[in-house]
Parts: sequence; structure tokens; C-alpha cells
Amino acid sequence: MNAETVIGRIVSVSALSLALACGGERAAAPADGGASAPESQSSKPVTIKGSDTMVVLGQRLAEEYMKANPSAVIQVNGGGSGTGIAALINGTADLAQSSRSMKSDELEKAKQSRGAEIVETPVALDALAVFVHSVNPVKSLTIQQIAGIYGGKTKNWKDVGGSNAPIIIYGRESSSGTYDYFREHVLNKGDFVPTVQTLQGTAAIINAVSRDKNGIGYGGIAYAKEVRAIGIKGDKGVVEPSIGTVADGSYPLSRKLFFYYPSNAPERVTQFVQWSLGPEAQALVTDVGYFPLATTASTATATTTGGTATQTQ
Amino acid sequence: MTRFQLTTGKRERRRLRTNSFMTALFSVAGWVAILFITLIFAFTFKETLPIFTDPEVQKEANFHAFFFKAVEGPTITDRYIWQPTSDVPKVSLIPIILGTLKSTFVGLLFACPLGVAAALFSSEFAPVKLREIVKPVIELLAGIPSVVLGFFALIVLATWFQQVFGFTYRLNAYNAGVALGIALIPIIFTISEDGLAAVPRAYREASFALGASRFQTAWKVVMPAAAPAIFASFVLAFGRAIGETMILLMAGGNAAITSFALTDPLRTLSATIAAELGEVVVGSAHYASLFFMGTLLFVITFISNTAGQLVIKRMQTRMQGEKA
Repeated sequence: MNAETVIGRIVSVSALSLALACGGERAAAPADGGASAPESQSSKPVTIKGSDTMVVLGQRLAEEYMKANPSAVIQVNGGGSGTGIAALINGTADLAQSSRSMKSDELEKAKQSRGAEIVETPVALDALAVFVHSVNPVKSLTIQQIAGIYGGKTKNWKDVGGSNAPIIIYGRESSSGTYDYFREHVLNKGDFVPTVQTLQGTAAIINAVSRDKNGIGYGGIAYAKEVRAIGIKGDKGVVEPSIGTVADGSYPLSRKLFFYYPSNAPERVTQFVQWSLGPEAQALVTDVGYFPLATTASTATATTTGGTATQTQ
Repeated sequence: MTRFQLTTGKRERRRLRTNSFMTALFSVAGWVAILFITLIFAFTFKETLPIFTDPEVQKEANFHAFFFKAVEGPTITDRYIWQPTSDVPKVSLIPIILGTLKSTFVGLLFACPLGVAAALFSSEFAPVKLREIVKPVIELLAGIPSVVLGFFALIVLATWFQQVFGFTYRLNAYNAGVALGIALIPIIFTISEDGLAAVPRAYREASFALGASRFQTAWKVVMPAAAPAIFASFVLAFGRAIGETMILLMAGGNAAITSFALTDPLRTLSATIAAELGEVVVGSAHYASLFFMGTLLFVITFISNTAGQLVIKRMQTRMQGEKA
């Protein structure tokens, strides 16, 4: 049920503030360049923070990883991609989950504070879906129409082929990577109309849209329960968000979900990342509703950051 | 004096020592509270300072941008906009202050009459047994975490209101205000009830002796006599309403719309700080703006509390003057 996911989020938010409070002392060790004592290494927790979209994914991965490696402790918190990246920079997280790429100034700051290059590793693909209430007659929209709604030009469903009713718009708060992605790829970096109701997390948006006949919202496809994810109308007809359309790249609103960590991260971090790219973990990715990395699923992706190529495997 | 000296034995000395020790302990506790308040205010103000000193921050965030600057637009909603993360940052506080006032207004409008009526019932009309149930139950309301109230308003209250009143927006000022009001009722109830119960018995007896009914006595004699306490409860409730965060973050819809309509979603100062402080770049204009909001909240509650205290004092002296 949705209520559960919302409660789960509230719990993770309170856990986040707890982690914020106790994360400070722990932070010093990895920043010193892996100077942590070897005997305590296995039991030391890996703190993961970031994207709310990825919280569920991160938690599932962590659970399974901890089952396989009973000595490992992994703590996963949400807060938004921006929050996770900020935590990576100031050292309160070992690994940031982000639904957007880190900006160059963020990479630079993180490099300075952590004393090492930051490694970017995509772990899964996500399709950003646009949700409407299940009784809404609108089955698909073009990107321009969605931009019109979120930009404030379109105010009534009848203008996009629906019934004569005002459009109630839901969106994410500005710390969200989903917000950034949507603003960049749908609104073309334009502004959201002020009447967008910003909610805390995709689960809250689903919850609101499922209770609002005239509502529209956006978020990771994994959350689409009790609402309808509409198709995106393009030159070649309507593309529904599905594993096929995301994998072949025809669905326009798909994105990579990333892990970010410093290249001098201790082994407990890198081992978890490597495991996350393996076939077992990638099966979990599908379980929670995201898409495994296309074709190259099990091979690690090496990415260039800050000029030098950093190998992740 | 001599008698005291005679009894100053071992036990007496210990008693005096404990006495002075406890006095010192309590005064330290008092001073620590004052120190914390001062430090918190100093910190908040320090982070706000770039708005007055840093020209880089001032380009985006300044008094003019906060309160007066408007962009071109056909309606008032399009003119005053809070969009600090836009490519062209817009940091008007007008929609957010308006949202704060709207939710506070509805919250107080809902809670004040209910809280005072409940207090009157409990202190003047309820049989002793019922009173012993009503009082702790209402006071228990104060113990409900605001996140639970917010969640309730988001999931249950909003749907219910929409079905009953046909609101276009599920999350609006009524929904948020009523949820906020539930949090305010115990504050108003507790303080008003204490005030009503403290009214001397003689007042009631005199009123009854003159032939007044129970209702007339409660309404025209007891309530006016307890007016300072009732007013104090309103002032405290106002302070809580302005600063309440979680309920409004969840139940208010969080859309920074410049609109006077109570049926529109709203966004408050406190909710904006809570939602945006997590990702903001430290030292940026956006960061300073959020701290400016914090300072603003601080100043508003400070002024309202001080003004409240003054009014209460005047009411009390007026009341005592009448008595004499």
C-alpha cells in the first residue's frame, strides 16, 4: 500500500537526521584517505545517502548484500540527490546515490574535500513516468504538452484531449534529482508554474495523484501503482514506458541512476559497488521496478571524471 | 535571631548548603536557556548577514527582491514568485508570507473558539468526573507528533474535505489550517482552563447571588476575569502556528502561490526552510534567503510574544484596578 511507502519515507527521513547527527564522527576516517584501522573495517558501516528515487533500490541492494556478507553493515538514507551529493562533499556519506550526474563544480568540491577523484558508476536505468489518475481519459501526451502543463500555459484537461476540468499539478521539491531532470528534459530549463504543489518524494506524489481525479505528477516508473503512467507521444507515435522502450532508448524520459564515491574509498565501499553491478544485484534492480543496465549489465562501466579515467573494476 | 543560632546544628547547616547549591543549579539552568536562545539567534543572524554585506549575494537576494520586486505578468500570482533555483532566480517572499498568514489565520480561527469553549466547558459546566476525563484527553492532543497530524491531514482530512466541500485542490489552506488548529487546541485549552479555574470562587458566588444563570456567570463574569490568560493562550498559539513546520509541509500542498484564496495550496516560511535547506549551496544567495526567513520567523514570534506580554500586563492591571 501507498501509506506504507509514505510511512517508510518518514522513517527514512528521521533516520536521515539521526545519521546526520552521528555521521560526523565517522566521516573523518575515509577523508583521511582510508587510514581506518583494518580490524574494524568489516564491521564499520557504509553510509549511503541521496536520491529519494533510489532509496528503495539502495535498501534492497543493501539487504541482500548484508545477507550475503553478514559482517557488512550498510545504512541507506534518502533526502534527495542534492542532499546525497552534499553529504559526499562534506564527508558524512561514503557513497552518494544520485538520479542526476554530478555538476562539475560539485565534482571539484568533492575532489578537494575527499582528496581523490570521484568515481561515477551507473547502477540502473530509470524511466521517468508522468502519472495521471486511473480514470483520466488522457492516454498520452507530447513532451510539449507536458511542458505546457508544468510551465503554466495549459490549465485545463480539455486543452490536451481530456475532460473539462482544471489540471492539478504535483511535482518534487528542488532538492530532488527528479526535479532537476524534469526541469532540464521536459521544461528545457524553463520555470515551473508556481501552482505546482511540491511534495516530499515520489511516493507522496503517487499518493496524491491516486486520490485526485484531475491530478498529474511525475516520478520514477517503479512507483507507478494505483495510478496510470501515460505514454509519450512523439514523431513515431506513442511510446509507453516499459522495459523494452527504455532498453532500446525509444522512451524519451529515461535516465541513469548513479553511485558516486571517492576513488580512495575503503574496500567495504568498493566491494558493495562491485557487487551491485553483478547479475544477482541487477536482478534485484528489475525486482524493485527499475531497469538493469542495458546489455552491458554485468560489466562495470568506467567513467571519466575530472579529467582522468577512473576504473571501477 | 538567637533562637536560630541555637538550632544551627549539623542538619541545619546541611539544609542551608543544599539550599544554596540548588539555587545555584537552577540559576545556571536558567542562564543556559538564555544563552542557547542568544546563540541560536546569533547563528541565524550571522548566516543572514551576507544579505546586508556581501555584494555577490545582494545581487540576487536583497530587501527589494524579497518584498517588492515583481516580474511582468497578467495577474498577481504571476508577479510575485519564489523560484530561487531557476536560471533567473526569483526570491519574492510575498507568496510565502501570504501562505504563512493564511494557514495561521485558518488555524487560529478554528482553534481559538474551540479551545476556549472546551476550557469553559471543562472549568464551568462539566461534572467533576467528566472533567477528569476531558482535561487529560485534550492535553494528550498536545502529545501527538505533528508529523502524524500532517500525515492524517494529507491522507484522510484532505480527501474528506474535498468530498464534502468540492475543493479543486485537495491540499489547501483549510485543510492545512484545520490540521494546524488541532495542534493549537491543547495550547489554548490548557492555558485558558488554568486561567478560568484560577478565577476566585467569590466572583461566581456573587454572580449567582444576583440571580445570574450558570451560563451568564461563565460568559459574563468568569471569562472576562480570565481574559489575560485566554489572550496569553492565543499569543502562544500564534507563535506555534507561525513556526509549525511538518503539518504544513505535508498538508499545505507547498505551492508558493501569491493568492488570497483559502482554497489554493500554500507554502509557509517554515516549510520552505525545511524543504530547501537540505540541498542549498552553503553561502549562496538562496542559502542566505532561507536564513533570512528564519530570522523573520524569529522576529515575528519575538514581537508577538512581547506585544502579547504587554497586553496581558495591561489587562491584568485593569482587572485589578476594577477590583479595588
